[in-house]
Amino acid sequence: MAMDQILDGLSEVSCDVLVIGGGTAGPMAALKAKLKNPKANVVLLEKANVKRSGAISMGMDGLNNAVIPGYATPEQYTKEITIANDGIVDQKAVYKYAEQCYSIIEELDSFGIRFLKNENGDYAVKKVHHIGTYVLPMPNGETVKKAIYRQLRRARILISNRYMATRLLTGTDGRIAGAISVNTRTAEILVIKAKAVILCMGAAGRLGLPTSGYMFGTYENAANSGDGYAMAYHAGAALANLECFQINPLIKDYNGPACAYVAGPYGAFTANNEGARFIECDYWSGQMMLEFYNELQSGKGPVFLQLNHLHDDTISEIETTLHKVERPTRGLFHEGRGTNYREQPIEMHISEIGFCSGHSASGVFVDEFARTTIPGLYAAGDMASVPHNYMLGAFTNGAVAGTHAMDYADNTDFADFDAADVARERDRVMAPTKREDGVPPNQIEYKARRLVNDYLQPPKVTRKFELGQRRLAEVRDDMENRMIARNSHELLRALETQSIVDCADMAAHASLYRTESRWGLYHLRTDYPEKDDDNWFCHTLLSKKDGKMSSEKRAVEPYIVPIADDEKDLYDKQRIRASA
Amino acid sequence: MPLASYETSVPVVVDDAKCIADKGCTVCVDVCPLDVLRISDLTGKAFMAYDECWYCMPCEADCPTGAVTVNIPYLLR
Ligand SMILES: Cc1cc2nc3c(=O)[nH]c(=O)nc-3n(C[C@H](O)[C@H](O)[C@H](O)COP(=O)(O)OP(=O)(O)OC[C@H]3O[C@@H](n4cnc5c(N)ncnc54)[C@H](O)[C@@H]3O)c2cc1C
Ligand code: SF4
Ligand code: SF4
Repeated sequence: MAMDQILDGLSEVSCDVLVIGGGTAGPMAALKAKLKNPKANVVLLEKANVKRSGAISMGMDGLNNAVIPGYATPEQYTKEITIANDGIVDQKAVYKYAEQCYSIIEELDSFGIRFLKNENGDYAVKKVHHIGTYVLPMPNGETVKKAIYRQLRRARILISNRYMATRLLTGTDGRIAGAISVNTRTAEILVIKAKAVILCMGAAGRLGLPTSGYMFGTYENAANSGDGYAMAYHAGAALANLECFQINPLIKDYNGPACAYVAGPYGAFTANNEGARFIECDYWSGQMMLEFYNELQSGKGPVFLQLNHLHDDTISEIETTLHKVERPTRGLFHEGRGTNYREQPIEMHISEIGFCSGHSASGVFVDEFARTTIPGLYAAGDMASVPHNYMLGAFTNGAVAGTHAMDYADNTDFADFDAADVARERDRVMAPTKREDGVPPNQIEYKARRLVNDYLQPPKVTRKFELGQRRLAEVRDDMENRMIARNSHELLRALETQSIVDCADMAAHASLYRTESRWGLYHLRTDYPEKDDDNWFCHTLLSKKDGKMSSEKRAVEPYIVPIADDEKDLYDKQRIRASA
Repeated sequence: MPLASYETSVPVVVDDAKCIADKGCTVCVDVCPLDVLRISDLTGKAFMAYDECWYCMPCEADCPTGAVTVNIPYLLR
């Protein structure tokens, strides 16, 4: 068979619970669903290979947000995340995470994943956040994926690798009915009927274009092209606060974390070109990113991570962590540049924009049971709206979703769907393979993402956004009518391009709707520079209504952990006074 | 519209002498999150077929014979 040949085929299977995305949240969701009802069928569908997919493909150096008894309380954590998010938080879901994450740590420990302990056998938690202490290193963090994979095999979860989900199926009664997917190496279509579906497809990480110009040199695993966001949108689910972009401070060009969370507790810090500190706290928040951006724009940029003042042994310890897990090519990159942590500081820059709740707060709307607005459809991890939930949040909320989805599936039957929906989706998926002549997906993707950088990157200017929308509409027209795919691999990229353009449209629409500035750099609107609590102390929900994109306000749920007036703006005071 | 191909120097290199794909190994092809590695019909060895790499390392880390080297993609080196 010729490489990546296109086979025109279609088959159909069914299961009780379908989990889409086998990165971090997905495997845990599948595992918990199966443990809840071992007789039920659980399918884990993955675009890549569950063994090495997602943000943690090479493991992780630590937990960014562990709420460990003795160090932090669920109340404290909920308060910190509420403040870091400018108050726009439904606290129930954050609180539930904070209460349950410790039991997930213990469970991961039982899978063989180790967490750093001190001489007394207590977890050695480090302080990185503004207020509380939540960062827990993982000494054998490179083994995370292997450990989880073993559990999946043991529980007999059905794993389908190299299937990219493209659309959800909804029943005639509005419930979820399943999903449609395509094999990335044969272009064969697989329809999966399911009683409940859990979306775990990660961040929309291929939205902006990295400044290096390399399309796959993104902060997020580049396989995370925002398919989950696009699928939820087309199925009619609501998406929350998409204007709260993800933007991260990263190693310039390499575009991976430097990583201040690892090095910070040892004494490393973010500095300007005078070697001076300018931010109070290295925890990634929109307010911190705004100060970072301001420093880059001022004559005091570039910005660096400074660790050359540390003891040689300390640096060696940091190196072994940073060059072994998470993004292990960091060491190779520094070597190529002639950067030695002992001598030179690390030049930093800011990343391309994306959607991600794991780091900020842009995701498919979910409640504290991981339920979306569509009955039977759940979401967890970076693509679900629980803010700042990182890796442990993906595991914990994945567990919540898995348990709850199985409960739902046990009490329901398959929803009926219209066969014409499948036929229509098959035509849409295969369309680029049917054209003789046209534009290849890499060019369309590049252009769309270049436009995202030119027009949608903060600071957000209304006039620029309107122009951006016009240009993106032209790209969409090319994509829908002229894009070609000559083999099944190119078809994978063509379908990803469609998700990227959908996400770009959503980013523009959501940003224009919220006529204020909030979350520091994430939603900095030059024409509405002030925070406007009178009109905008609310979530925004974006959804498809009568075939069109629309946004509405949604009230923030009453707090369960009160925030005092003098605590509300703690994250607004990121700039160090003395250096200002 | 006519198409032209666009040459790039790819970041991932396979040492043919060490690669045992001709004995049935497909590990690197299996694990790559971006699905950019393939076994060549011509040489029977693994190679990078598409320059769409996240320089993440599973291919190198999981290769049983140490045949794979991941370099930083040229544009960001
Ligand atoms: C470079 C980096 C460093 C980080 N460092 C830390 C850290 O030190 N500590 C910490 O706590 N957190 C860290 N995080 C955050 C944390 O890793 C993520 O929040 C978490 O892993 C997200 O889990 P997820 O399941 O939502 O997404 P992922 O783990 O990314 O999984 C998404 C999965 O969905 C699959 N997929 C995508 N589209 C489709 C489709 N159409 N069909 C089928 N499958 C699909 C992907 O292939 C992938 O496997 C880091 C993230 C990154 C990117
Ligand atoms: S994993 Fe190593 S030995 Fe196996 S096919 Fe790839 S390069 Fe060859
Ligand atoms: S470095 Fe990662 S993306 Fe690149 S070929 Fe290897 S596994 Fe694939």
